Amino acid sequence: MNQMRTQKVFIILFFVALWEIVAYAVNSRFVPGPFQVGRTFVQLTVSGDLAEHAVVSLARVVAGFLLAVFIALPLGIFMGWSPRMENFSVIVEMLRPIPPLAWIPLAMLWFGIGFQSKVFIIFIGAFFPILSNSFLGVRETPPYLIEAGRVLGATDNEILRRIVIPNSFPSILEGLRIGLGIAWMCLVAAELTGLKSPVGLGYLIMEARDLGKADVVMAGMIAIGVIGYIMNAVLRWTENKLVRWKGDQT
Amino acid sequence: MIRLENVSKSIGDLEILNNISFPVKKGEFLCLVGPSGCGKTTLLKSIAGLRNYAGSIFIEGTQSEGINRKIGYVFQEFSLFPFRTVKGNMDFGLEIQKIPRKERHNIVKSLIELFRLEGFENAYPHELSGGMQKKVAIARAIATNPEILLMDEPFVSLDAQTRNMLQKELLRIWQKTQKTIVFVTHNVDEAVFLADRVMVLTKRPASVKTEFPIKLDRERDRTSYKFVEVRKEILRELEVEYVD
Repeated sequence: MNQMRTQKVFIILFFVALWEIVAYAVNSRFVPGPFQVGRTFVQLTVSGDLAEHAVVSLARVVAGFLLAVFIALPLGIFMGWSPRMENFSVIVEMLRPIPPLAWIPLAMLWFGIGFQSKVFIIFIGAFFPILSNSFLGVRETPPYLIEAGRVLGATDNEILRRIVIPNSFPSILEGLRIGLGIAWMCLVAAELTGLKSPVGLGYLIMEARDLGKADVVMAGMIAIGVIGYIMNAVLRWTENKLVRWKGDQT
Repeated sequence: MIRLENVSKSIGDLEILNNISFPVKKGEFLCLVGPSGCGKTTLLKSIAGLRNYAGSIFIEGTQSEGINRKIGYVFQEFSLFPFRTVKGNMDFGLEIQKIPRKERHNIVKSLIELFRLEGFENAYPHELSGGMQKKVAIARAIATNPEILLMDEPFVSLDAQTRNMLQKELLRIWQKTQKTIVFVTHNVDEAVFLADRVMVLTKRPASVKTEFPIKLDRERDRTSYKFVEVRKEILRELEVEYVD
């Protein structure tokens, strides 16, 4: 355990050193070294610029994500539960392979380049993993659990609420986690394509590109990575807390 | 207690149950044995109201339709609710019947004692051994105090030792609670050990082939001459069903 940690630290140090050497050798202002990027990152953090951009980005993600949850979650559960609704999965399967970013042109035509269009892209990104995970979770409830409920006198409604949904919980939560991750990636891409109000992490790195500030671009990228990592970690932690009954969770 | 009259079932062209009639007395331990895939599970699920069928099934004199509160059911699969604890599983049927919390608590407590599961009240199914999970499944089935317990090869996936231990436990609980039990198995040894009466079913479509009252006393010894004799007799009947 300890040895593995030492190894990991060593790998990171090696990577940073390699990066510094390459940056030194290339000697271009478009390839800043780790120390310069680190300094810029600290400066942006201290000045509050990074936080300002991050908060706006997060607000967009939360809005789109929640919208997706409110629509995709009940729809997925309903589709998994009702045999007639199951056939709707044909349409879902057709729409799902379309990358969320391919919706950007339509989003711009329908909603312009403001808040709504970003929320729409995020919504699309988060929608399908949430939908398909809740759908599969419900549909794959073992039939003997449903029959066990039935012989104990549970009505259809009680079986859905007290057996099927709790049993699908791990799958649903995983869908939420994957959905949020994709939403975050979509957001940054959506912000790159243009904005009405000039804030957001995607905007920050685009603007820095225009000014040729590669260190700011990289600092922005790091911020995006860190926030994505934290969101994923928080949701995974919640998942493990909430589905303690599942066992063999890592 | 239970009476089946001309119960038949087919799915499309496939005949599964063929005109089955038999009674089960109150407090009786009846074992149904038959070749694998003969329709034993379908028969049991029909009695439980989980499958539809042609013919009639009477529970305490009244024709039974759909789910019947007088019936508890133990599945072949490990069918505990994985998201509920041992207590929570036992509580499920009581919650559905909207029994007051305090009363539910007392019932669950006495079940924990009856099944000797002290210390595991708050464990989740995945934390239990297979044998313990089966005990909880039986407890869950009798929590709402049904008079009849239907058991579908409940011990099939367990090792021989656990299986023998659970058979003894089941007999103890049966004697204590006086339930009427219909127990499906394809294991003749198990049937002879448990039953007051063993009924042999034919291969699909299942019908009643023969029945054997088991006149051994309740302290049964699997290695005793009489036990082995009865076993042999039933096996002979059953083997005919496996040929051709």
